[in-house]
Amino acid sequence: MDIQLTEEQRQVRELCRQFADSELRPNARKWDLDHQFPADAVRKLAEMGLMGVAIPPELGGAGMDNVSYAVAMEEISRGCAGTGVIMSVNNSLYCDPIYKFGTEEQKRDFLVPFARGERLGAFALTEPTSGSDAAEMRTVAVKKGNEYVLNGTKNFITNGPQADVVLVFAVTDRSRGHKGTSAFLVPGSVKGFTRSKADDKVGIRASGSCTLFFEDVVLPERFRLGGEGEGFKVAMQTLDGGRIGIAGQALGIAQAAYEEAVAYAKERKAFGQPITQFQAIQFMLADMATEIEAARLLLWRAAWMKDRGVRHSAESAMAKLYASEMCERVTSKAIQVHGGYGYVKEYDVERHWRDSRITEIYEGTSEIQRLVIAANVLKG
Amino acid sequence: MDFDGTEVQQAVAASARKFAVERAEPAAAEADRRARFPEELVRELGQLGLLAVNVPSAFGGSEAGAVAYALAVMEVARADCSLAVTMAVTNMVGETIVRFGTEEQKARCLPRLASGEWLAGSFGLSEPQAGSDPNSMSTRADLRDGRWVLNGTKQWITSGDRAGVLIVWARTDVEAGNRGITAFLVEGGTPGLVVGRHEEKMGIRSSSTVSLTFEDCAVPASAVLGEVGHGLRVALAALDGGRIGIASQATGTIRAALDASTRYARERRAFGKPIAEFQAIAFALADMRTAHDAARLMTLRAAALKEAGRPFGQEAAMAKLIASEAAQAATSKAVQIHGGYGYIDEFPVERLFRDARVQTIYEGTSEIQRLVIARHILSRGD
Repeated sequence: MDIQLTEEQRQVRELCRQFADSELRPNARKWDLDHQFPADAVRKLAEMGLMGVAIPPELGGAGMDNVSYAVAMEEISRGCAGTGVIMSVNNSLYCDPIYKFGTEEQKRDFLVPFARGERLGAFALTEPTSGSDAAEMRTVAVKKGNEYVLNGTKNFITNGPQADVVLVFAVTDRSRGHKGTSAFLVPGSVKGFTRSKADDKVGIRASGSCTLFFEDVVLPERFRLGGEGEGFKVAMQTLDGGRIGIAGQALGIAQAAYEEAVAYAKERKAFGQPITQFQAIQFMLADMATEIEAARLLLWRAAWMKDRGVRHSAESAMAKLYASEMCERVTSKAIQVHGGYGYVKEYDVERHWRDSRITEIYEGTSEIQRLVIAANVLKG
Repeated sequence: MDFDGTEVQQAVAASARKFAVERAEPAAAEADRRARFPEELVRELGQLGLLAVNVPSAFGGSEAGAVAYALAVMEVARADCSLAVTMAVTNMVGETIVRFGTEEQKARCLPRLASGEWLAGSFGLSEPQAGSDPNSMSTRADLRDGRWVLNGTKQWITSGDRAGVLIVWARTDVEAGNRGITAFLVEGGTPGLVVGRHEEKMGIRSSSTVSLTFEDCAVPASAVLGEVGHGLRVALAALDGGRIGIASQATGTIRAALDASTRYARERRAFGKPIAEFQAIAFALADMRTAHDAARLMTLRAAALKEAGRPFGQEAAMAKLIASEAAQAATSKAVQIHGGYGYIDEFPVERLFRDARVQTIYEGTSEIQRLVIARHILSRGD
């Protein structure tokens, strides 16, 4: 049993931490206020290999393991949660499935430039009337000869406003339920593909999301990722990895809030002494630190299992469920430690609290994670 | 990074699991009901090497390390929390003697503790008026004619009436405060060591808890464990390791609650289907499983750090805090899932609920764990 980072994983953490402290933290408040996509920061992430962390170097990635990816996600999100999710979507939800299911040609055209971070990817499963229940999907792709014609609407698509290519899920055979969906790589430039203006969100405001409209979009067969009818399989396996990314994001947000709470508590005085002298504050900090550690270990375990190529659906779901709910508790306590200052934008903890909320919703709500975990418990 | 454990760790866990399922589990409910100390099972633990998991083989121990120890306690606790705490305290006493004992002390005590020849080791720190704050200890030891003479009362002593050897803390210098406390090895049956009342406990009932009175109880100078005046250091080191033991016990308790609830939820039907098919129940199982895994990982991480010879005090406190608190929630939820059956002794969950309650109290209350954690995080330079 060895529950520590390797030397290489530690270096990744150090590198990402320095980058977050110098490039992300100083700007995150402004990006949040202005709803501004951090294009420069994303370019620098790309230079560091962080847009394709676990993709092999010959395919444009950094060739690192998934534990390193989890560590990087924590550190980047500690600096800016919006930047974290931009990175997570490109890595987990876009590059990863193409690496796993793509043909050689698809890897060359649709993976290499994205893993390098020269271009940005997105993942479109959710629709206005179907989220977690993919069987209710309305978007359809009808096969005509060697082509598919795609029609439908996807919403809440992170990276949607900026994406060069979107991985879109659509029904190809309604009669076959889950087994009747397929995945398609849809370039932003194709005719009939339009986007709404960006959503106005509670948090993670440095990342953009929007609604995507597909109207008689014609796609050659070679743009289909995986076999026809394999869409659900592609989506589910992808989300197992995506949950590692979001667990890392939640962990990073919580860590940032916790560090700021400790720093504030050491400085702030009340009743003649620093508030760290009061058990009410000490114990809140102790609980925050403990829950953060527990989330970190659940996350590392899921990522380690992914690296070993073993099934990790339940473990990823536990990491995501625990980390995201922990994140909401910890960021809320960080506000409490700050008192009134926690409620104003002069400090960052109000942003962390707003950022935390989405982690319990996207890439499978907490309820979906519990479904996955319960199924595993009851099967065992 | 490795979460699977070595072959030795897996083998120790498997052996503890086999014993737990075949021997401990069938006897647990009856032992609890009668508050009966399971002497036979304790001896079997000794034969399996589980009373001295992290003690060198030269002294009769299994020499399997702190992680294997944690895994073994988890498995035994999954079947019987009482037996697990008896086992954990003996292991803690053995490890403390390994760390602070002289060669002579080690040679005398460890093989007897390891084999089960001595049914137990005991840890005598708490007093009626001094628990988490050892500085208010009033038991004293005075040097008379080259022998230390102990006087005072110790409270909540697990296996105190069964122990072949007890580590007892006493004040040897009344003026010196924390630096005036010394640890002694007192053998069971020493004249002047009087076993007092057997506590009637709400849980962990088949473990033995007694008060001990020392009435001019004389021990030789060679009974000092560690150095005179350094007793607190011995206690704190022992408690760091002890917290891994209780965290493991709590983790095993959560697992038992989950096992029982899963079984029941599959069988029990309401509104035409097994209650496992209702999200209200299924999600509770999911939360128990998540809490269990978090507790287990925190506990194993603390144990792995200890085994690697690295600092682990903060991690052990975190593991103990999160595991014991999660055990409260999990066992309460398990009773809820069982409905009325959860409230009677036909099912194991009411016992688990009672057994879990002490876990946030002994070997440092949750409040003490939070103090320890806060001290660590606030003393850091960042």
